[in-house]
Amino acid sequence: MLCSLPTFGVLGGDVSSVDADRIHANASLRVSQGQNYTVHELRSATGTVVREYASASGKVFAVAWRGPYLPDMRQLLGAYFEEFQKAAQAQSRRGGHGPLIVQEPGFVVEFGGHMRSFAGRAYLPDEMPRDVQNGEIR
Amino acid sequence: MALVALATLSTHCGGGGSHKNSLNPMAISASNVQPVVVNSGPAGNYANGLFTSITICVPSSSNCQTIDGVLVDTGSFGLRLLSSAGGGALTLSLPHQTGSNGGSVGECALFVSGFTWGSVNTADVSIAGEHANNVPVQIIDPTFATVPSSCKNTGVPENDTLQSLGANGILGVGPFAEDCGLACAQTGSSNPGMYYNCISGSCQIAAVAIRQQVQNPVALFSRDNNGVVIQLPGLTGAAPGLSGSMIFGIGTQSNNAVGLAEVFPVNSSGEFNTTFKGQSYPAFVDSGSNAFFFLDSSITGLSTCTSNSGFYCPTSTQKLSAVTSSDGPNQTINFSVANADTLFSNRANFVFEDLGGPNPGTFDWGLPFFFGRTVFTAIDARSTPAGIGPFWAY
Repeated sequence: MLCSLPTFGVLGGDVSSVDADRIHANASLRVSQGQNYTVHELRSATGTVVREYASASGKVFAVAWRGPYLPDMRQLLGAYFEEFQKAAQAQSRRGGHGPLIVQEPGFVVEFGGHMRSFAGRAYLPDEMPRDVQNGEIR
Repeated sequence: MALVALATLSTHCGGGGSHKNSLNPMAISASNVQPVVVNSGPAGNYANGLFTSITICVPSSSNCQTIDGVLVDTGSFGLRLLSSAGGGALTLSLPHQTGSNGGSVGECALFVSGFTWGSVNTADVSIAGEHANNVPVQIIDPTFATVPSSCKNTGVPENDTLQSLGANGILGVGPFAEDCGLACAQTGSSNPGMYYNCISGSCQIAAVAIRQQVQNPVALFSRDNNGVVIQLPGLTGAAPGLSGSMIFGIGTQSNNAVGLAEVFPVNSSGEFNTTFKGQSYPAFVDSGSNAFFFLDSSITGLSTCTSNSGFYCPTSTQKLSAVTSSDGPNQTINFSVANADTLFSNRANFVFEDLGGPNPGTFDWGLPFFFGRTVFTAIDARSTPAGIGPFWAY
């Protein structure tokens, strides 16, 4: 937990960044094969599960998380973190609390849930392998 | 949550006004009944916000303050009050909880629309005729200490001002007694970093015992402490305001019996299921969400709004149906989703029966679900005549 943050993140990065994230999150790793992609599933010590979706060329095009706490989003979103933060601040939502949905050109974050149980996903629509549906990212 | 839009609106509406919550005196009929209102809230711009007032005191003293405009939230656990430093109503100075290293305990509490940062303090809490002593509460205060990087790295906005929070506080009366549980009482990598020890404005992740974590005050009442009942009248379409009741206890008095309501057990994540168009999804009942937030356009066929992002904007109001279920019981819920841009174009209305929005993969039965219903929320491990919590019944 106390290791310094790598300067590259997972989303949009090379599949090798998954291992850096595993070490950073002190997580166990399980790899499975989808039709057009591999899924690297990390389970952190806090019980939060992160799934990282890598295309055949080895690029991580989507990440999803589910659990009682949030993963380190700066690490997970990497180069997209600042964009997420800025867009989340600027949401033109009418007063009230609800899910956080950020849709930027080429970058989408959807985050919902409630205290003690959160779930969300972030993906790069332009980097998704053909035939992959949004619903598969979870 | 739009900092810019909210700031503009609240300036327009005077912001911080605390007399908008005209309480219905008819509802004050028993000492376990607290009036609640749906209105624009203390920031003047909340849509579908359920508010109440609470009284807090310095423990074992008559030094007290009543705070209104506190959001009633079945999706969280524990009382959080916005300090005057953040533009909130709280001015009473409450004792800080002391950390293991002699510093003050700080907390980064996570909500989907943002995090609240501040200290953990102790208060005696009174609501209606109910009392709880020495309750750990979060004092939301952006000036308490530098927000730790592990809190900032959630990426969600900081909700430490009246404009960003839209309320003078949050009363989390969901189905758990404390806001974190065992994980936050442990040291090492399994500690998620909600609690901190803070010395001289610098904070380090800390282990905090379960009973010292921020507590759902209902669980600490001397009676009627197994849950809450929220009762709101139905409405057709939209209205400026709505009045109802929050009744403490389940099956403890003549006014809070479960009766014919169906009981839906809740899992350890605080969730049950909802089936929509033949597919089952994780779901929860959350008075602190301001709409029906469910699935996405590809499944619902509802397009999202152009001017009010985060909501659905079908061209005409759509009648929908879904089935809520736990293992065993199930109940069909009929609901409608109208065009949010059209709903919000009437600036006089703050209560919306047909407000919906996307929430990929999940069903969040927000405040409109409560309109015209009596909804019971039973606390984890507490017994009621209808079974042991956690459960919802309606």
